[in-house]
Amino acid sequence: MTDNKDLLNSKQMANFVADGYLRFDDLVPAELNEAAHAEMEAGSITTKGAGTVLDETWSENSAVGEVFRLPEIRGIIHSLVGPTPLYDHHAIHVVRPNRKTGQTWHADAIIDLRLHFDVQFFYFCHDTPREMGGTMILPGSHYRRVCESDVARYQNFLGQFPIVCKAGTVVVVHHGIWHCGQPNLTDQTRYMFKLRLNPTARQLGLWDTGDIDDPSIPGILSRNHEWYGNEVRLEVVNRIKFWRFLTGDSKFDVSYWLSRLENLAENVLEAA
Amino acid sequence: MRQKILILYLRTPNLDSSVVSWSIYDGTGKQQHTTGDSEKPPYSSVLHAMEEGWRVIQFPQQFPAYPGMEYQTSYLRFEYILEKLEEMDD
Repeated sequence: MTDNKDLLNSKQMANFVADGYLRFDDLVPAELNEAAHAEMEAGSITTKGAGTVLDETWSENSAVGEVFRLPEIRGIIHSLVGPTPLYDHHAIHVVRPNRKTGQTWHADAIIDLRLHFDVQFFYFCHDTPREMGGTMILPGSHYRRVCESDVARYQNFLGQFPIVCKAGTVVVVHHGIWHCGQPNLTDQTRYMFKLRLNPTARQLGLWDTGDIDDPSIPGILSRNHEWYGNEVRLEVVNRIKFWRFLTGDSKFDVSYWLSRLENLAENVLEAA
Repeated sequence: MRQKILILYLRTPNLDSSVVSWSIYDGTGKQQHTTGDSEKPPYSSVLHAMEEGWRVIQFPQQFPAYPGMEYQTSYLRFEYILEKLEEMDD
């Protein structure tokens, strides 16, 4: 059971809808980070394959398994993909020392037409300063319909965001977010553990909705990302549609964007 | 002679509008650019780059949205490709 106090709140969910990610610094305890780091170095992390119930994916003595059983992380998982998600895949992202070239921008998997969404956890088991990378993400890119490395021509965007963090930091992203591993200019190997999860429950109000009417939420959902340029209004429409899907409120709107388009007046007036 | 390519993505189709994304591919081999290697664009607009000697070699064509895709977003739409040619000792 997930404790209600560990669930995300509506403002956090609105930020996820606007930005495509949430960040939690220093979430995983130091001793667990060290154990998970050792597992990654040893290459000893095994799984039962795609479609396995998350709780059945790792044994009791797996450090990585223990990370994803932490109550705070279970609260994040529950809020986004429900209490019993499926393991999709994981990847241990390794960047060797003195690697000067960054990975190209990409979105994982392929074009995904669903409003239903998967999440990906990026778990950093050791300190990751800028000279070590880490993973660069592009906030607000998650609604863009592209196939994997179709976006590899791009190099830099206004507002691109490198995840520079302390050990134990976890970032959870919408499956569509654009991202790329960054160069590692240190003499240490960099590790990042990525885990993709699929929902098994309808993603409808799975978080703590006690603050659903918080007045800051429309403003969060209207946030601009500079790289959008002229398309920011289209992205706000994407968010309104997603928020309606997540909350079940089919009339929700921000700045009247969809209400205006949905106004198909049919009243026929009698001739004067 | 070697070609350097500068790709600027603008806020609007106006060549004087601001840059939101940028890439550089240097055929001289003198510079190696990669993802995330700068936080600010090298020029504020395409017009600014032209003033610094870059030649525009490709404009983005503009099409109305395909039916059913009016509200979908994907690639950056206002992509301008510019070049500089540089003499090299072969």
